[in-house]
Amino acid sequence: METYIGKPVKRREDNRFLKGAGKYTDDIKLMGMTQAAFVRSPYAHAKIISVDTSAAQVAEGVVAVYTANDGCGAFGVPCGWQVDFKNGETMREPMHPLLAKDKINHVGEAVAIVIAETLELARDAAELVHVKYDVLPAVTCPKKAMEPDAPKVHDQWEDNAAFDWCIGNDRADVEAALASAHHVTEMIYKNHRVAPNAIEPRSYIADYDVNADKHTLYTSTQNPHLIRLLLCAFVLGIPEHKVRIVSYDVGGGFGSKIYHYTEEALLTWAAKEIGRPIKWTSDRTEAFLTDAHGRDHIVNSKMGFDKDGKIVAHLTDEFCAMGAYLSTFAPAVPTYLHGTLFQGVYTTPLIHLNVIAPFTHTVPVDAYRGAGRPEATYLLERIISKAAKEMDMDPAELRFKNFIPPFDGVSEPGYQTQVALQYDSGNYEGVLKRGLEMIGYEDFRKEQAEARKNGKLLGVGISTYIEGCGIAPSAVVGSLGARAGLFEVGHVRVQPTGKVQVLTGSHSHGQGHETVFAQFVADQLGIPMDDIQIEHGDTDQVAFGMGTYGSRSLAVGGSAIVKSVEKILEKGAKIAAHKLEAAEEDLEYAEGKWTVKGTDKSISFGDVSLTAYVPHDYPEGLEPGLDFSSFYDPTNFTYPFGTHIAVVEVCPETGKVDIKRFVACDDVGNVMNPMIVDGQIHGGVVQ
Amino acid sequence: MQISVKINGKRYEHDIEPRISLAQYLRETLNLTGTHIGCDTSGCGACTVHVDGAAAKACTLLAVQVDGCEMTTIEGMANGNEMHPIQEAFKEHHGLQCGFCTPGMVMTAADIIKNNPNPSEEEIRHGLEGNFCRCTGYHNIVKSIQHAADKINA
Repeated sequence: METYIGKPVKRREDNRFLKGAGKYTDDIKLMGMTQAAFVRSPYAHAKIISVDTSAAQVAEGVVAVYTANDGCGAFGVPCGWQVDFKNGETMREPMHPLLAKDKINHVGEAVAIVIAETLELARDAAELVHVKYDVLPAVTCPKKAMEPDAPKVHDQWEDNAAFDWCIGNDRADVEAALASAHHVTEMIYKNHRVAPNAIEPRSYIADYDVNADKHTLYTSTQNPHLIRLLLCAFVLGIPEHKVRIVSYDVGGGFGSKIYHYTEEALLTWAAKEIGRPIKWTSDRTEAFLTDAHGRDHIVNSKMGFDKDGKIVAHLTDEFCAMGAYLSTFAPAVPTYLHGTLFQGVYTTPLIHLNVIAPFTHTVPVDAYRGAGRPEATYLLERIISKAAKEMDMDPAELRFKNFIPPFDGVSEPGYQTQVALQYDSGNYEGVLKRGLEMIGYEDFRKEQAEARKNGKLLGVGISTYIEGCGIAPSAVVGSLGARAGLFEVGHVRVQPTGKVQVLTGSHSHGQGHETVFAQFVADQLGIPMDDIQIEHGDTDQVAFGMGTYGSRSLAVGGSAIVKSVEKILEKGAKIAAHKLEAAEEDLEYAEGKWTVKGTDKSISFGDVSLTAYVPHDYPEGLEPGLDFSSFYDPTNFTYPFGTHIAVVEVCPETGKVDIKRFVACDDVGNVMNPMIVDGQIHGGVVQ
Repeated sequence: MQISVKINGKRYEHDIEPRISLAQYLRETLNLTGTHIGCDTSGCGACTVHVDGAAAKACTLLAVQVDGCEMTTIEGMANGNEMHPIQEAFKEHHGLQCGFCTPGMVMTAADIIKNNPNPSEEEIRHGLEGNFCRCTGYHNIVKSIQHAADKINA
């Protein structure tokens, strides 16, 4: 019997992608579909004096033009995570309107939507909308935003802070330890803003069926059920059962397609107004101006060492921009996804991080690729390398001195950090040792000395990281401010013929779920992969889900599916026992059949499935059918770790950096499909 | 304006607005949605097609410019269910993840191999400079093209 787990099974989704037959949102056409274009502000901060849509209204092919003065002006998109001020004051949550009414707060903020028969006509008419602005001074730097005379993003509050927050040990204790440290290394830098730039621009189609009173939103999202919940309960006030969200193929997300965007709600509202479907697809310029950005932190950090190079304390102050409004998960990023990783892989006994999160006149930020955690790793690894240089120590040696010793989390407890988390297991020195071997560290140092003699600048960068993944236990994130649970749903529907449909709340946008999820279900049931179909991305098919982000699909979504398969096998055993006239405990399940132990009497999975749907000769009191759905809520995060090392040469004249060698040595847990794991790591390293 | 083109072996005649891009024409008029639009400015290469045998970016060509041309899009690469060796190689070597850049990658790969049947890794990377992928880090794309070239030459 062929098994699949751990094998480089080729991806099933590739056939359609390679033939150009993927179904991305912009590929979908509905009968009578119109096209939308937006009028967006060229200014970061301005008062809107007037919006004149009269010429656009009567332009060729125009179906409708809306501004905030129409019905949609009442609605705004919400934030899904609350981080209050240290003094107990509630997080400041400004209304994030679907269209700006009185004031512009970032370049690209939409003022009007123009809906027309074709994209070209919508764009033509959008150019006829005349907006008069009174341009105001803007603040784009999170540190400057907190200066007393900084222009205000939201006038209703006395300053630009959305919240402030801290984590770790008492600040005074950390400061005292730094004051008496043998050596203190300081770093002041900007972790700059990034634009995620998934290769597929965001795209939405809203459709309203007046007879069924039902909305359908086709959307390029990582997170269909959460979009439905937010759109219905928190924006438009539509009953949830009256909305279907469809997200078929999505061309990459990297975080930027987790969030509920204003355009999704506005199109949904407008489609009902005009009684026709509306499509809007972002162009690349709009993507830069409106997709949630990442990072934008200004960091001031101090790390203290004793005379042997042991870290004694670490104190950091950060200004972390929120942008103009609070995007869906923005407050979590520089706090619970960032500060909780400040232990890194080191035994630092005293840690304190203080974060001030101001509004700025910029595109809202949110999670991008790891979100908060890579920013923590960047700080720790840079400051340790800088300290090694200052103390004239080898950067690898300094790390070895400070690593948390190996622990397996089974024969000994997990590692309790100073910043709230308990790591599951780890061997940090193991991955660094292996990484150094792979890069040839000792030989490199000789090579480097030789190169320097010849006027070449050859250097090595080392990073040993840990991440909190498999997001996340609902109760934990709830206590940290999340306004949603973070479980996952896995539904396994066995057909009468023994063929299996798996419906998952995890969304696939390049990760290969259709292949990997089928691999482990096939092994668990002992049936061929071809007998299993994986479905995702349609809220009318999949009961519920929390989507894909935070490395959670397999760890959380996969576990939910496993739970449902277990229920299938448990019920199947009852049917098998009845048919085989044996006791359940005398049966064993292997290779797709139940066998009476020690005999050749058996019944196949297919026959049991058929019996479940044709229950003529059937166990008394047992319900027909083989169909189970499960919710899985993890008990902890998962904590993968690893070492990445780069050898680079810098041209002394131009500053051009040439990567000579790069090694990645990662703890990835149990491997379902090594081909896909390698591909994910390649992509992560390069992006 | 009236245009007459041959795409994937089929002849089409259309009266088309002069401002419509080739990419829009393929997607909206012919429903050939495998040609993707990622940037609108020739930067990302997701819209790469073959015009008279050479790779071209369909987002910055006007449909009227290809009047009289013969073209191949991603939909014309496979022979029914039988994939082109380049498509096979991308599947075999995991040269794609989300799939959005993939049609453009395959079309550019075909152009690279056509002009240089035995491309080195460096030559492949140089040839891919006009095609962006955000998922794979390019490593497996380069590998796929090398293997495809070997297979086509064999």
